[in-house]
Amino acid sequence: QQIQENLNKQLLDNLVRFLSRSHSDFQEKTTKWTCKMKFREIPTAALVLGVNVTDHDLTFRGLSDVLQDNITPYVALLEAKDCPGIKNLMQKLMGQLMNCDIEVDSMEDEDCVQVSQNRIRCSMPSLISWYESVTKKTDPETPSKKRNSSSRHWQSPPVVVVFKDMESFTTKVLQDFIVISSQHIHELPLVLVFGIATSPMIIHRLLPHSVSSLLCIELFQSISCKEHLSTIIDKLLLTSQFPFKLGEKVLQVLTNIFLYHDFSVQNFVKGFQLCIVEHFYSQPLSVLCCHLVDVKKRVYSLSHDQCENIRRLPSFRRYVEKQESGKQIELLTNDSFLKEETEKLLEDLHAYHENYVSILRCLHVFTSSLPKYPLGKQIRELHCACLENRVWETEEYESSLQLARMLNKTDLVTMLQQCVEILMSSSGKEFDKTVEKVKEFLTQFQNLEAEASQERDVSVSSQKELQKKTDLYHLQKTLLELKESRRSKKLTKFEMLRFEVVDYIDRLVRKYLVPADNRTLHEIVYFNAATVLRGHLNAAPRTALHTALNNPHWYLKNQDLKCDGGGISNKAPDICIVYKLHLECGRLINLVDWLEAFSTVVMAAEEPNADAASSDQVDDIIHARFIRAVSELELLGFIKPSKQKTDHVARLTWGGC
Amino acid sequence: MSRPEGTRSSRRSLQVKFVPDEDVLKHIADDAGTKVRKDKAQLSVSVKRFVKKLENISDNEAQEILEEKNYVAALGICAQDPMGNGSNISGGEVYSFQTPKCSNKMAELASELAQTPEKNGAPDHSKCPEKMAKTPQSSKEMFLLMHVFSLLFQNKKKEFVSTTPYRLRKRLAAPDPYLESESEYSASCSEEEDEEEKKEVSIVLSDQKTPAKTKAASTPPPRNSLAKKIKEQKMDNLVEEYFEAHSSSKVLTSDRTLQKLRRRRLNQQTLHDLLKNAPLAYAAEIRNLNQQHESLFSKWMLQLHLGFNIVLYGLGSKRDLLEKFRTSLLQDSVHLVVNGYFPSITVRSILNSITEEVLDHIGTFRSPLDQLEFITKRFKEDSSLELYVLIHNLDSQMLRGERSQQILAQLSSLPSIYLIASIDHINAPLMWDQAKLSLYNWLWYETTTFNPYVEETSYENSLLVQQSGSLALSSLTHVLHSLTLNARGIFRLLAQHQLEKKDNPSYPGLSFQDFYQQCREAFLVNSDLTLRAQLTEFRDHKLIRTKRGADGVEYLLIPVDDSTLTDFLEKEDEDV
Repeated sequence: QQIQENLNKQLLDNLVRFLSRSHSDFQEKTTKWTCKMKFREIPTAALVLGVNVTDHDLTFRGLSDVLQDNITPYVALLEAKDCPGIKNLMQKLMGQLMNCDIEVDSMEDEDCVQVSQNRIRCSMPSLISWYESVTKKTDPETPSKKRNSSSRHWQSPPVVVVFKDMESFTTKVLQDFIVISSQHIHELPLVLVFGIATSPMIIHRLLPHSVSSLLCIELFQSISCKEHLSTIIDKLLLTSQFPFKLGEKVLQVLTNIFLYHDFSVQNFVKGFQLCIVEHFYSQPLSVLCCHLVDVKKRVYSLSHDQCENIRRLPSFRRYVEKQESGKQIELLTNDSFLKEETEKLLEDLHAYHENYVSILRCLHVFTSSLPKYPLGKQIRELHCACLENRVWETEEYESSLQLARMLNKTDLVTMLQQCVEILMSSSGKEFDKTVEKVKEFLTQFQNLEAEASQERDVSVSSQKELQKKTDLYHLQKTLLELKESRRSKKLTKFEMLRFEVVDYIDRLVRKYLVPADNRTLHEIVYFNAATVLRGHLNAAPRTALHTALNNPHWYLKNQDLKCDGGGISNKAPDICIVYKLHLECGRLINLVDWLEAFSTVVMAAEEPNADAASSDQVDDIIHARFIRAVSELELLGFIKPSKQKTDHVARLTWGGC
Repeated sequence: MSRPEGTRSSRRSLQVKFVPDEDVLKHIADDAGTKVRKDKAQLSVSVKRFVKKLENISDNEAQEILEEKNYVAALGICAQDPMGNGSNISGGEVYSFQTPKCSNKMAELASELAQTPEKNGAPDHSKCPEKMAKTPQSSKEMFLLMHVFSLLFQNKKKEFVSTTPYRLRKRLAAPDPYLESESEYSASCSEEEDEEEKKEVSIVLSDQKTPAKTKAASTPPPRNSLAKKIKEQKMDNLVEEYFEAHSSSKVLTSDRTLQKLRRRRLNQQTLHDLLKNAPLAYAAEIRNLNQQHESLFSKWMLQLHLGFNIVLYGLGSKRDLLEKFRTSLLQDSVHLVVNGYFPSITVRSILNSITEEVLDHIGTFRSPLDQLEFITKRFKEDSSLELYVLIHNLDSQMLRGERSQQILAQLSSLPSIYLIASIDHINAPLMWDQAKLSLYNWLWYETTTFNPYVEETSYENSLLVQQSGSLALSSLTHVLHSLTLNARGIFRLLAQHQLEKKDNPSYPGLSFQDFYQQCREAFLVNSDLTLRAQLTEFRDHKLIRTKRGADGVEYLLIPVDDSTLTDFLEKEDEDV
């Protein structure tokens, strides 16, 4: 479990690092551009961030940190939900700015008094006076103390106000704020940052011209969330350093949620964390899912039960069956032998991953530039395809190879160079030969170029010859000859080489991109329970309710309840019967009829031995059961009491129209 | 077979089954015999049943056809939704439109459900009766499936196939003769299909295969286009039906009321007692189910600690489950249980209990936001502070508001507050937008318990449960006893007037002017002002309610139901 938390942390760190890097370029721009501040116009930065609102929080936090470090100590982050009116906005703004101040100056007693005073009356003048006092205070202060920080901050640091979600602010508040602050811009160097989720047009829609003319807006575009995702996948999944891997289905579920539901990188990361947790929780052998360095120690500390667990793994069984009989017995009975073997297998697996990743990248280099992207544009699609089954057996692979055979030379050369780079950078030892081979290809191509230039001379000469001849017949003949020779020549030189290259790639793919399911002990590092994941992240509570009401057998495994189709047994729980009956009704339901129908069903279900004497009591019980069921339906939101007609309830679900 | 229609008595009486005995016997025999033929037999039986039913019902055919269209739509959705998960039900099935129907529909279904015979002796026959208990819908659906496909098979001409929806619509306009022929036609279809047996059945069921398998190769293109057309048609139908259903403001339901029923109304206490005596069905299975859920407790704990929050959904009260979780795992830690179903719970009270009980803070806050800020600060300062919050019914009336959810979400996003909540309402997930969802960081767990919602519903004002008027009555008398004689007289006057008008459902209340006039006549007040002062006092005690009518006149109303008011007047009379 400690490992898990380490992994989680690593994950989040990665994300944060990435995000901060992604907007570091903003900072550079902002610094340059705040210099040319003009009077009367408030410099404004509009960040277009995309619809993945949930990720913005991190971005803004990173942004304000960076701003605080580099430009100004005065940064205020405002959210729409905190600022229903201009007063609240000012209050919040003051509070945040004062707090920044406290952190910087660490002169608590005085500032605290100030804060409490300002709580009462928050207005622009007070803000300005505060600002002046602060800047004055910092100026005459001992230069020795401030020097290092003043190198970072300017003489009069601007106050940066960040509006996190501009769309959800009320326009009135925004307008007022902008107008007011523009009046004071010469006293208070204010910089606004708008976070925008939709499009930059929204500024002009929210603000009338008279207001927006007070702003000096510059637009910044953040990196799209898809690119975030691919970087994260690149960093987390396609490295051999990270021992934990996702199975094909799981990855697909996660990307589907990402693409079709929220575009939120944070949610993707959350899903990934959940996968890790689930894996370590449900798989007893996940102790072995760690870095290669630790494997040896952990394998030797395995208990007998854990060894048995290993023996029970389906992939290990397959492996055992392939061995000769003596070894089989050893594997199945001798624990220490098993441990050695396991270690070896795990090392194999690790090596496999290393090779897999680099070859996958190479293949991606080839396929990503093909027209129509038969194997997908993104590397994650390719990854999924490779995990799913043998990629070389799919039609898409065939077609992409066909297309690769038609590549022109310059593309091919650049691709090969990229491959060389990838292979060189990977740590696998087996790739020396491959690299050599690819390099050989490259030199051959270069040779080809040289030859081709010679060739051209030849063809030029032949064309000269052509000019000499005037005879029509001869002309035709030479043209035919030329054509034929050209075709044959190409096939022999360039095309031959091209075929060779493609075949070589094909061989590499067949060798290294074997789906992980075929590897022994893949269960240890791969997480494959996609349905569990979907259930937890993308649940369907309505479906669950519907199933429970329509088909109670699904949950209560009782033979009496078993029935097929849309039917329901009359012995089902009360609420199911009531629900079923209510489905038959229109917008309004008469309670009396409903009750009667219910009692008919229930009476039939019970033994018909109810005597006349006890029938009254039975009636009461049925009545009570009905009441309970109806109020349960009300709680579930299927019906509500209606005033339209006495003793009627209204249906709330769509069917009740 | 024949059924009297339209009269009230027929609705009440248990209806004769419309499945002839031969059919049942044949069906059973088939079932016992070859299993291969079972499906087909089932189909044909259901079709026949349906056909016979059609012949019988002449009254509400139009509606039924509409419903058939529904099922075509539902069918289309089914076909488009190939997700293998067993619990998956397509949206069309869950929320299909239903057209207004006569209320006898319900009785019909009830009788059909009740029909289920008890006599299943031999184990191999045990499945049959339940199959027979299929509702008319299912048989209709089958019928439609067959209908559509038989049309496909027999008439490969594209035009004809594409006209089907139109024909459906036309049938709606001129139901009677056309429908007869149509049903006969389909019956003949089904007989022809008998020869082709299982193949077609399998196509009907798997639904994604093209008919090319059984028939000539020319079929696929029309089939595809048909599928497309059905889809388009389905969309049209959905829209049309929606407006059709909503345009008819008149709702056809019977006029019977509970009051005419001789049965007395139950109050909360007797209801509770009665239910206690009634045995809970399937107790063993429910216990099994709950045990399954309980095995997840340690996992929940782990996940809570890793920063996730847990939300439970599914039918049945999850109160006991959460209680068990609390008693078994949270005994030694600080935890807070919020009963969301309690009608007077507010976010403020939740926050207050955190600040006061958990953080030992005395003092008040100006707004919940301030309070939240304070809590956040405290929890961030003191990392050893941990708090488990259990919320029953996060989706209850009081907590489902946007602001309260926002506050709760922010609360739950604190790393040392662990939230585990349950939701029941079908539309509960609509409470949360993306931002809130990410704050909540939910992990969803399906915990269908089938437990009755005892606590949760006990605060609800169900129509069927008699409002326990005892409380209102006692408060009425108490308040009035502390008032002057004149004041009592004024109230009496109002009460009497209201009781006189109790049969008028649109009674707006007594207008102030009229009331003043009456009070003057009874020598109760001498001026407009004294009456107003008196009324203000009543209003402060919530004895009356005033509202302005459309014409600006003030109307006075006693917000107590009639029976309580009658009781009150009787009691007053005794006193005087």
